[in-house]
Amino acid sequence: MAGPAQAQSVAEGQKLAFERSKGNCLTCHVIKGGDLPGTIGPELSGLKAKYSRDELIAIVSDETKRNPQTVMPPFGRNRILTEKEISAVVDFLQTL
Amino acid sequence: MMLRLAIRTAVALALGVLALAPAARAADTVDPAADKAAFQKFFTDKFPKLKLEDFVNGPYSMNEDLHRQWEEKEQFPPYEFSLEAGKEMFSKPFKNGKTYADCFPNQGIGIRQNYPYFDETEGKVITLELALNRCREANGEAPFSYVRDDMAALTAYMAFTSRGKLMDIKIPNDPRALEAYQKGKEYFYTRRGQLNFSCATCHIQSPGERIRAEVLAPALGILNAMPIYRSEWSGMGTTSRRFTTCNSQIRGVPLNPQDDEYRNLEYYLSYVSNGLPISGPGARP
Repeated sequence: MAGPAQAQSVAEGQKLAFERSKGNCLTCHVIKGGDLPGTIGPELSGLKAKYSRDELIAIVSDETKRNPQTVMPPFGRNRILTEKEISAVVDFLQTL
Repeated sequence: MMLRLAIRTAVALALGVLALAPAARAADTVDPAADKAAFQKFFTDKFPKLKLEDFVNGPYSMNEDLHRQWEEKEQFPPYEFSLEAGKEMFSKPFKNGKTYADCFPNQGIGIRQNYPYFDETEGKVITLELALNRCREANGEAPFSYVRDDMAALTAYMAFTSRGKLMDIKIPNDPRALEAYQKGKEYFYTRRGQLNFSCATCHIQSPGERIRAEVLAPALGILNAMPIYRSEWSGMGTTSRRFTTCNSQIRGVPLNPQDDEYRNLEYYLSYVSNGLPISGPGARP
């Protein structure tokens, strides 16, 4: 994916990450461009250097697999986000 | 790549098992006194600047800015109207001429710290809210909603007359009481809802942290401040309201107020806060 489709997915991912009803990443994480972030999770920056795309998808889908004690909701396993929505969120995360 | 992920997963799982091991062992023998000591130590270690009694002020104890806000709020407490209403309701006789005072030890004054208690005749946990509605029904009055203003007002008054008294929950030598305590503890630590949160996820793992603009309260002393005026609710809330809204917020299905699970939860959570003063009614952001 490249060009306009990619840009659209990144924008969709950002919207999901900032809104309260679906992704709501901002409730727990500091994210560049987001107001009133929470402090429970680590700041989301430089993610492309830290994780592969597959790893990011795995973390968003069900972080309890990696860390059973995590606070992070399993967005994929509990159907909070669809696969397409998780993909958009990860597209956005990879720009941070 | 896959290898790296596999190793990381294995390490995480191993750490997870280690972290869970003591809890799994502890579950074999139910030891409330040891639980209480460990529970309170966890919080005093995590917040070394706070005195034990500070925890009853919830998020307002977590940092100096919030503490200042709390002091300002206490000048004109938002729960005052409820407290006044509760005082009036408490002294007004029922249609049969009896009053709430007739249903409680010491006429209901200064007894909040003893609730909930385990009733050995019934074999169940009796909360203050439940005892109040039973009092009404025994005197021919309709019970109040557990989550609305009337119940909040009554419990606000009863808490107010008990301010400063130390939470003093007893677990009698009865296997059913120990079972109720243990079930409450399990409820507290069990993840549920679409968001997969337990009570402990927010109130043990993350007290003092922000979710957006809100600061999460420590579990220690959380019930000592009930009922509370919450700015977020623009009104008063009982312990029942707190439990049911928590369940909704994690996108779970709330139980009915005063179901056994909530009574057991209140029993556990109050017991591990023994020794901390009653501070209710409280005010929260």
